Amino acid sequence: MRDTIFHILFVWYPYFCLTTFLVGSLIRFDREPYSWRAGSSQMLRKRQLFWGSNLFHFGILFLFFGHAVGLLTPTSVYTLVMSVEQKQLLAVTAGGIAGVICFIGLTLLLHRRLFDARIRQTSTVMDLAVLVILWVQLTLGLLTLPFSLGHRDGSAMLILSHWAQGIVTLQPVDARTLQDLEWPFRAHLVLGMTIFLVFPFSRLVHIWSAPVWYLGRRGYQVVRTRRPLVSGGARRPVEPAE
Amino acid sequence: MSQFLDRLTFFNKVKEPFSNGHGITTDEDRGWEDGYRLRWQHDKIVRSTHGANCTGSCSWKIYVKGGIVTWETQQTDYPRTRPDLPNHEPRGCSRGASYSWYLYSGNRVKYPLIRSRLLRHWRAARKTLAPVAAWKSIVEDPKKRQDYISVRGHGGFVRAKWDEVTEIIGAANAYTAKTYGPDRVIGFSPIPAMSMVSYAAGSRYLSLLGGVCMSFYDWYCDLPPASPQTWGEQTDVPESADWYNAGFIILWGSNVPQTRTPDAHFYTEARYRGTKSAVICPDYSEASKFGDIWLSVKQGTDAALAMAMGHVILKEYHVDRQAKYFRDYVRQYTDMPLLVKLVRQDGRLVPDRFLRASDFAQSLGEANNPEWKTVGFDEISGKVVVPNGSIGFRWGETGKWNIEEKEAGGRATTLRLSLADIKDEFADVAFPYFGNIENEHFTHSDHASVLNRRVPVKKLALAEGETLVTTVHDLFIANYGVDRGFGGENVAKSYDEDTPYTPAWAERITGVSRDKIIQVAREFATNAEKTNGRSMVIIGAAMNHWYHADMNYRGVINMLAMCGCIGQSGGGWSHYVGQEKLRPQAGWAPLAFALDWARPPRQQNSTSFFYAHTDQWRYETMHTSDILSPTAPPGPWDGAIIDYNIRAARMGWLPAYPTLTQNSLGIAKQAADVALEPKDYVARALKSGELSFAWSDPDSPQNFPRNMFVWRSNLLGSSGKGHEYFLKHLLGTSHGVLGKDLGEEGRERPKEVRWHDEAPRGKLDLLVTLDFRMSTTCVYSDIVLPTATWYEKNDLNTSDMHPFIHPLTGAVDPAWEAKSDWEIYKAIAKAFSKVAPEVLGVEKDVVLAPIMHDSPGEIAQAFEPKDWKKGECALIPGKTMPMVTVVERDYPNLYKRFTALGPLMEKVGNGIKGIAWQTGHEVEHLKHLNGVVTEEGPTKGMARIDSDIDAAEVLLMLAPETNGEVAVKSWEALSKTTGRKHAHLALPKEDEKIRFRDVVAQPRKIISAPTWSGLESEKVCYNAGYTNVHELIPWRTLTGRQQLYQDHLWMRAFGEGFCVYRPPIDLRAVKPVQGMKPNGEKEVVLNFITPHQKWGIHSTYTDNLLMLTLSRGGPIVWLSEVDARKAGIVDNDWVEAYNANGALVARAVVSQRMKEGTLFMYHAQEKIVNVPGSEMTGQRGGIHNSVTRTVLKPTHMIGGYVQLAYGFNYYGTIGTNRDEFVVVRKLRNVDWLERPLQGATPAVEAAE
Repeated sequence: MRDTIFHILFVWYPYFCLTTFLVGSLIRFDREPYSWRAGSSQMLRKRQLFWGSNLFHFGILFLFFGHAVGLLTPTSVYTLVMSVEQKQLLAVTAGGIAGVICFIGLTLLLHRRLFDARIRQTSTVMDLAVLVILWVQLTLGLLTLPFSLGHRDGSAMLILSHWAQGIVTLQPVDARTLQDLEWPFRAHLVLGMTIFLVFPFSRLVHIWSAPVWYLGRRGYQVVRTRRPLVSGGARRPVEPAE
Repeated sequence: MSQFLDRLTFFNKVKEPFSNGHGITTDEDRGWEDGYRLRWQHDKIVRSTHGANCTGSCSWKIYVKGGIVTWETQQTDYPRTRPDLPNHEPRGCSRGASYSWYLYSGNRVKYPLIRSRLLRHWRAARKTLAPVAAWKSIVEDPKKRQDYISVRGHGGFVRAKWDEVTEIIGAANAYTAKTYGPDRVIGFSPIPAMSMVSYAAGSRYLSLLGGVCMSFYDWYCDLPPASPQTWGEQTDVPESADWYNAGFIILWGSNVPQTRTPDAHFYTEARYRGTKSAVICPDYSEASKFGDIWLSVKQGTDAALAMAMGHVILKEYHVDRQAKYFRDYVRQYTDMPLLVKLVRQDGRLVPDRFLRASDFAQSLGEANNPEWKTVGFDEISGKVVVPNGSIGFRWGETGKWNIEEKEAGGRATTLRLSLADIKDEFADVAFPYFGNIENEHFTHSDHASVLNRRVPVKKLALAEGETLVTTVHDLFIANYGVDRGFGGENVAKSYDEDTPYTPAWAERITGVSRDKIIQVAREFATNAEKTNGRSMVIIGAAMNHWYHADMNYRGVINMLAMCGCIGQSGGGWSHYVGQEKLRPQAGWAPLAFALDWARPPRQQNSTSFFYAHTDQWRYETMHTSDILSPTAPPGPWDGAIIDYNIRAARMGWLPAYPTLTQNSLGIAKQAADVALEPKDYVARALKSGELSFAWSDPDSPQNFPRNMFVWRSNLLGSSGKGHEYFLKHLLGTSHGVLGKDLGEEGRERPKEVRWHDEAPRGKLDLLVTLDFRMSTTCVYSDIVLPTATWYEKNDLNTSDMHPFIHPLTGAVDPAWEAKSDWEIYKAIAKAFSKVAPEVLGVEKDVVLAPIMHDSPGEIAQAFEPKDWKKGECALIPGKTMPMVTVVERDYPNLYKRFTALGPLMEKVGNGIKGIAWQTGHEVEHLKHLNGVVTEEGPTKGMARIDSDIDAAEVLLMLAPETNGEVAVKSWEALSKTTGRKHAHLALPKEDEKIRFRDVVAQPRKIISAPTWSGLESEKVCYNAGYTNVHELIPWRTLTGRQQLYQDHLWMRAFGEGFCVYRPPIDLRAVKPVQGMKPNGEKEVVLNFITPHQKWGIHSTYTDNLLMLTLSRGGPIVWLSEVDARKAGIVDNDWVEAYNANGALVARAVVSQRMKEGTLFMYHAQEKIVNVPGSEMTGQRGGIHNSVTRTVLKPTHMIGGYVQLAYGFNYYGTIGTNRDEFVVVRKLRNVDWLERPLQGATPAVEAAE
């Protein structure tokens, strides 16, 4: 029974979540383009937003990339530069600092959304749910830190990264390997997958549209033309009849 | 194809740089733009407008998308003006722009609604009974009746079917007509100009039934009685474009940017042109910033200010120096040169009536109506002459009713203004003075009640003996206290003397410094002298809503008349209160009052009606002696105010419906039984007491108004002065009246009325309201019918502010189960015709109607009025008592009559304001245009009036303003009476016929017609009195001139022969409630002022979310910082205002712009949004009218005397309300009353 539950949670559920995440995002982007937004409430009230939003976004971005790199880099690659133990120490230290920063920001945001009457009145259930899930997830993540420090050898980290790499390479590991992990790790995993599940139905979709191209763009004025353009910048000849 | 796939072009994205790479051109997808493009795309634009009583009459574009009205914007296609004049467009305001919210809002009435308790009784009764019998079984059972009327206003509506509710209404109407008489069925709807077909729908039904149409202009207190008194005209004003032609504008008690928003641009443009402007109002209003000078006058003392300005103008432009333009103007166009008798009374000489030709031996050669022809001294011949134009020339002869400077024989005259040069002697004449009346809230002076002033007089040998006479001019100047060097008392040599009416005197009363008074008066007059009368006064409700409004207005009118401003473009009297100008009135009236089937209709002046039938008279605190003149002629001036009204009604002055205690359907038969003509029978039976007037006993169940319709109106949430008395006595539900009646107080009771110790509660059997939104009136009704909004029906709209006629058009079909007013009344008419045969057939209805203005009967009672009841004269219908007419009602065919143009238009013709013409040709046209009735029956072959557009075509075809051929006919008809050619005013447009589809395409300018005193031409803007001055058509007054002296006995008795300053009256409503129910908060007493608001038009829009968002989202009152401090009130506190009439709650707005001593409650904020309960009454809030009570003025009841004769919305008592004071205090417990109703009846199921 326990095995079955683990199998469902850590083998089936990730694929269910990832499928929903990708297909859902695609459908929403195609069918409901005008709902594709971050839903900022800055216009309603600036209070707590400057610190809350900036701390949160700094922290969460750091954590996101930390998790991506940490979980998905094959062991054989990073051991070229550091040991497993060193990597775990790096992860716990950097992740811990970013986690605390993110926690402060997120708590400010959640407080603001719950207790500022204007923001509360204009919030949807999903707006609230996303913040609550993220806050719980972050708390769980921070809770794992002492446990990680309990396995100085990085064994837990290895189990997790094998599992994650197994999922993305479509070679899921046996879910029973996760049974040895302490409960905060497992809860953190399940809730993490759930974030992918709610992603297309929430304001989180704005992550897809993070304005990264802005950093490298050319030209200050952008003119979108209906006139046909050719590569390389040369103009196609225009028929005089037009 | 796919937003996502289309974007997967990372590697072949094309970017074309320009401007050295500062910009790039890309070909990325632009599909997202369509979202924004679609937002403003629509399927169609339809022309409509808003039928709110705002005078705006703005044409709007209504946008429809997917069958839904989405938004509206202003139309900009008004016909162009002259090259030197700014355009009219754009017209519209934020309120109109928010209207589409209503269509799909929660406030929309979507289905016919009925009080569930009534429906339950009805269904039970209908199981065994026919409709009329079923209704009878309910209303004649006191328990059943009480069961549903006692919960009015407390919810309990259920949805019903159209067929069922129309049957109930038809049965109730038939039962009432049969049992009590059709004049117990009444209907209230205001301002036809807003949506004239919708008005006509209900009034046509009522008129065919014999029911009563209620007036509104006087009831709203928008009617300035000074206008009919002076000009014989209800109200006629310049269009707003004419402001641009003015050289000097006084804005007096009018707040143009706030309440005339679409017209305000002309005011701004006039200022750019160089027009100087003075603004007179107590508070720093939105308008104040337009003024070059702002005079902050103490509220209610405007007449004092006007008198002081008049004093300056008379002294400097008429006495010390005679301005030629002014002198010639007043000689030809006012009554100033006419002679007035002086009589000795109590040892004093007082002005009496105008001298008439009949006072002389052989009547100065006048055989026709000599008692109605006034006289003056001719400078040329030196003799007393009978100048043309007085009312005696209008009736019984032709060709001399004009104001050419000629006498009746045809010789040219120059009338003598003053008798100073030919006097026999000087005499001291007594003038009443009221400025010494003590009132704790207003400053008084210590001058005597009678002021003697010296005038030059002449002794004339009349038929009755030697009599002293003088001119109006001499009396007029004496009345102002201007020193002419004649000696005597009470005249001022200097402006600094404290003598009525100098600037120094006015400074004390009004709080405006004398320098400012003198400056404004001088600038006003100097401009008028230099420009031949281009000085204008824009005047508004703030002046007109006082008990002594007539004095405020006549003070201003005097200034305009003495400066020759009336009838001159860019000058004149601009009273913009109420959308009174129903331009195609002559074509509309036959449709609206079913004049094509029967004449006369029953039309009631509402103020008197509601005073009597909501029992406000039982609480009267004002005594006749409070307002009687110290120089009143001898006479029995005792009795209560309602006694005067009853005398007026029986003398044929005012209407009074229900008229008789007996059923008017039975009288013709009673007359036949004794072989008498009905009119002779009525006269005899009234004398013998066999018939009696219903108003002598308004509290007897026989005389109750029984059924009432309200449509296009929010009577109970907006205009119903004495709101709580309506609830208590007319409706019989919970109320907030705090005072006691005369019986309980043991005070003197009226003489002419039967007193019942127990006043009735709930006179109405049935209250039916048609509305598109759930207004306060709907909440109190028994049946609510869902009507089409202004974007869902076809109708017509006009205003006094611009010369165009334009439509309301159905942009979409009425939503849910709503129908247009036209279709609703058609359905009621159909249901009525179906149920009527149960008790009614073709009946003879005896109609009593008052003596009408602009009819040959208006010269009924020359000299002193006589009361037949006191045996002073015989009863002669139409002469000493109301007119009596027998009218045939075909009840089973009422629906057929409703939908066909009846035979009287061909047989009798049409007319207006005393001008009549044949209209057979137009009826023929209508038969072709609308088609004829093909069904068998009494209407076969007549022109159809099926749809609202058919109805619109009828009125457009019959009206001279919209049919050039009729215009020419009507001018020619007038030419016969005046002996002058007028047709040239319409001949260029003779072939023009405006149809409904024409105005749908574009607003159309109306055609000049004799209905109105202004012209629509390429040369002038519309300006009132223009044809009087330039075409020499007399004003429709006794003298034919602008009448500045009112010589009727009652006018003299109540001290208003000449204009005087009269302080606000004391309504004694505050003392009884001070300390009545303390709540621990401090109390202050403030003057209760109800101006027009910014975020609504009366009550419309006040429940509109968009407008509520712009203010505080509920009822508010404004008070000054000083008063707020006294009462311990801070901004946004909940406060309560109350007096003997009731209580209201609101949030306080504390503002430095308010004058100390006043409380503003912008009127008609409904009690349906965000209103808690009152601590004083325990009832929900109250509205602004919860603290008011109607008080009537006897001079408004005068009739049978030319311009002082009745006309619907023309003359009659007005519903003033600004003399009222209230106690204001902070609300301690804000109680939202969110609990079931307690104790209205046993076993109350409030929200069934």
